[in-house]
Amino acid sequence: MPSAVDRLAVRGAGQLAGRLRDAAAAAFVTLVLALPLVGLRTVDQGGALVLETRWDWVAIGVAAVFVGRLALGLFAHLRLRVPRVVPRVAQGVAMPWLAWAVAGFAVALPFLPFADRYVIDLGTTLLIYVMLGWGLNVVVGLAGLLDLGYVAFYAVGAYAYALLALNFSLSFWICLPLAGLLAALFGIALGFPVLRLRGDYLAIVTLGFGEMVRIILINWQSLTNGPNGLPSIPRPSFFGLPFERAPAEGTTSFHQFFGLDFAPEHRLIFLYLLILALALLTNVFVLRLRRLPLGRAWEALREDEIACRALGINPTNVKLSAFAIGAMLGGFAGAFFATRQGFISPESFTFIESATIVAIVVLGGMGSQIGVVLAAAFLVLLPEIGREFAQFRMLVFGLAMILIMIWRPQGLLGHREPTVRLGRAAAPRP
Amino acid sequence: MSAPPLLEVADLEMRFGGLIAVDQLSLTAAAREITAIIGPNGAGKTTLFNCLTGFYRPTGGRMVLHHPNGALALDRMDGYRIAARANVVRTFQNIRLFPGMTVLENLLVAQHNTLMRASSFSLAGLFGLARFRRAERAALERARDWLARVDLLDVADLAAGTLPYGAQRRLEIARAMCADPVLLCLDEPAAGLNARESSALGALLLEIRAEQAIGILLIEHDMSVVMGVSDHVIVLDHGRKIADGAPAAVRHDAAVIKAYLGEDDDAALPPAVAADLRAGQGGA
Amino acid sequence: MEYFLQQLINGVTLGAIYGLIALGYTMVYGIIGMINFAHGEVYMIGAFIAVTAFTALGVAGVTFVPLALAVVLLVAVTFTAAYGWTVERVAYRPLRGAPRLAPLISAIGMSIFLQNYVQLLQGARVKPLAPVIRGGFELLHANQFSVQLSYIQCFIILATVVLIAVFTLMIARTPLGRAQRACEQDRTMAALLGVDVDRTISLTFVIGAALAAVAGVMVTMYYGVVDFFIGFQAGLKAFTAAVLGGIGSLPGAMLGGLLIGLVEAFYSAYFSIEYKDVAAFSILVLVLVFRPSGLLGRPEVEKV
Repeated sequence: MPSAVDRLAVRGAGQLAGRLRDAAAAAFVTLVLALPLVGLRTVDQGGALVLETRWDWVAIGVAAVFVGRLALGLFAHLRLRVPRVVPRVAQGVAMPWLAWAVAGFAVALPFLPFADRYVIDLGTTLLIYVMLGWGLNVVVGLAGLLDLGYVAFYAVGAYAYALLALNFSLSFWICLPLAGLLAALFGIALGFPVLRLRGDYLAIVTLGFGEMVRIILINWQSLTNGPNGLPSIPRPSFFGLPFERAPAEGTTSFHQFFGLDFAPEHRLIFLYLLILALALLTNVFVLRLRRLPLGRAWEALREDEIACRALGINPTNVKLSAFAIGAMLGGFAGAFFATRQGFISPESFTFIESATIVAIVVLGGMGSQIGVVLAAAFLVLLPEIGREFAQFRMLVFGLAMILIMIWRPQGLLGHREPTVRLGRAAAPRP
Repeated sequence: MSAPPLLEVADLEMRFGGLIAVDQLSLTAAAREITAIIGPNGAGKTTLFNCLTGFYRPTGGRMVLHHPNGALALDRMDGYRIAARANVVRTFQNIRLFPGMTVLENLLVAQHNTLMRASSFSLAGLFGLARFRRAERAALERARDWLARVDLLDVADLAAGTLPYGAQRRLEIARAMCADPVLLCLDEPAAGLNARESSALGALLLEIRAEQAIGILLIEHDMSVVMGVSDHVIVLDHGRKIADGAPAAVRHDAAVIKAYLGEDDDAALPPAVAADLRAGQGGA
Repeated sequence: MEYFLQQLINGVTLGAIYGLIALGYTMVYGIIGMINFAHGEVYMIGAFIAVTAFTALGVAGVTFVPLALAVVLLVAVTFTAAYGWTVERVAYRPLRGAPRLAPLISAIGMSIFLQNYVQLLQGARVKPLAPVIRGGFELLHANQFSVQLSYIQCFIILATVVLIAVFTLMIARTPLGRAQRACEQDRTMAALLGVDVDRTISLTFVIGAALAAVAGVMVTMYYGVVDFFIGFQAGLKAFTAAVLGGIGSLPGAMLGGLLIGLVEAFYSAYFSIEYKDVAAFSILVLVLVFRPSGLLGRPEVEKV
């Protein structure tokens, strides 16, 4: 008996020594990484650079990594005991309930007591990303095509709406479908030559396409007003009733028509409900498509393109449909964005937007609709929570993307719901 | 004058650079028959399938399919069209299912073109029109029928990738049948199956032959399956046909024995297959 | 004609820089089949370390240019390589065997992180650096236009040629190169035959980062300004170059870099400078459509 205890103690000591060595190695790497960029800082003084040192920061960083790594090593030992069944059960059972709860909360939000301008505005932003996430989910999550230039379709939708509304004074409800259609056409035009490329090539070409659209928006001065953007884009009206304190001669405004006191929140709430309706419509549309032969073909294509060809499915058409539908949904979101902001410029359509939307889809768990909502909430709210640390938000954002992927490579909700079940379908024939 | 055979291949040639994988190959396959294609590894069997099903474009020769709707030149059709229009459907040596989708969904994907038309390219489907719902019910019925035949009804709602190996092989055949083949090309369907599963496979193939008016091309190394079900055996070696005839005749053909067992030929024949072949010869 | 010659020189210089970065992309892609999205940022870090090192040398009073250059190259390569190693260790290794998109997302996260990390630590403003090497050769003088080949351009082109030669020898002759090629062909089989796959992949990232660091040093000296955003644009173009040349092919990466550099120089000289990036991407799309395996890449035979 004592010998076994001894052996355990020896092994424990050996493990501890190993952990210490491991932590020391991590601390050393940190030292090397920190020396040139943390320890030294070049400062511009009258056109010439001088050096400042921050060795204390380096020391703190190295110590933090040493302690952290050691703690992680000890914790990893305990973590093995945590049963892994819990999350799976929670996913399977709680999903429909969760979805309805989230939808219910979203509808009720603007009428809740704590819903001030800031909350509603944030909710609107969140819903734009949810809608974009659901749109891109068709392309990335279902069809498995990595599109890193999705922001291009968002931009096309936004500029299409803005230009149509400014130049031809068309109303939001006419511009919206046109913007979506135009974005879809862009999707087809891009997709046609590049969709037969392998996955990673497609990623880089779409990324390049996103940049090209932005560069064109910056430089096509006569159409887009270049980097200065397009100001005073018409706001949407409530089926013909504008949200204005003093409407133009001969028109009735929203608050007059309903006999309310004028309040700027009316428009905010309307915009919020509008994007909520658009997003929910998108959701229903995508969920329905997924259960149709086309949606199943998207998923089949993601799983095995060669098998699809052997079954007589035309891969190009199936991919193109996913690309066009994703682009169209992005275009709708863009049109809404333009009318909500009242001002758009190429600044709003940078690669970081595309990366955020892709991150929402992948973090959410490819193809999972509710996962998109959770991931969008996480990515949109995270920077807001850390407002005091505004300058660190993108740093934390990047770090969070890495950590979540390491923690759950299949995404937050990586559970796939079958599109059809024999159990239900096998109801006795009449 | 009898009708032409279902498939006529004449002088087929497939070169990869200097390598000739299929060389001046001519063969025919009839409807309601199982035509086995055997030969040592590297004989060009899978290349022949790849040409027939449009994955490769042959460098020479003709392939004509006498489809019920008229003759089709397979060598001039590419990719998915061969499966979609000529109804030549295949399975793969290394099983290609949609592993993340359920067994049932795999069979519905196989009926994609029919369902797509019925859903008016998704429009009728989006609005749930009766026409589409009818077509979908029919597709489910068909899937269910095939699931019952290959004994997979119990696992219909499980992800295809989670099935055991033998079940995946059966599913792939059921999926091919759901795609409405006129000519079914099976690439080593018995590979990796145990003896009981192999004999069940043989029974399934005979059942398909008896009930459906389709032709079956079968690449197989398992001689017990080949000898048990084929009507007609074609032996390839180095891309050429070295024998063609009834199973019993091919089994005693000197050229075949030499290709498989010959000392001067370093054909890579798995020992088990060699043993099977010998057993077949002795036992017949 | 003189103008053309000048643009040719400028284009080749630019192409050498892109080519060096493209090598990193193509090597990593070859070995793990992934776009190393953070590679552009690694190059940017190389440029920042170069700025810091040049400034430190200035403070220390080192004025002998070859010595300064050697020290800066050594420092930049060492520290940047450490960053390359860490990127692989943190963002890629834990995700080996994960779904295909997972490492790509973590790499995009890494790219965003590094960009902001440098911005926070070193400031968002452009860093100006006094020219280290001045002067040049006047090759031609005609029609009141002189064709200049500056010393710095000489240095960039020569250093690139030397690096490529060393690098090619290394891949072809050393055990590391052999292990790399083995991992490219079949990682599982290489592991079974005793190749330390993890170590080989780590070293690939380290070498890629070292080459990017050299490009960073060059760009710092060539343009004299550096900011935290240069990694994105350069990374995108270098990746374009790698694909253009045929991803996985090392000579292809250099050729692609050269072509992209030339296109950029000539397009901005003769057409419009605003649309030079559009021109580069359009070429990428055209190449991919008509020759998907790139100029020097091996066509992929579809395995059925």
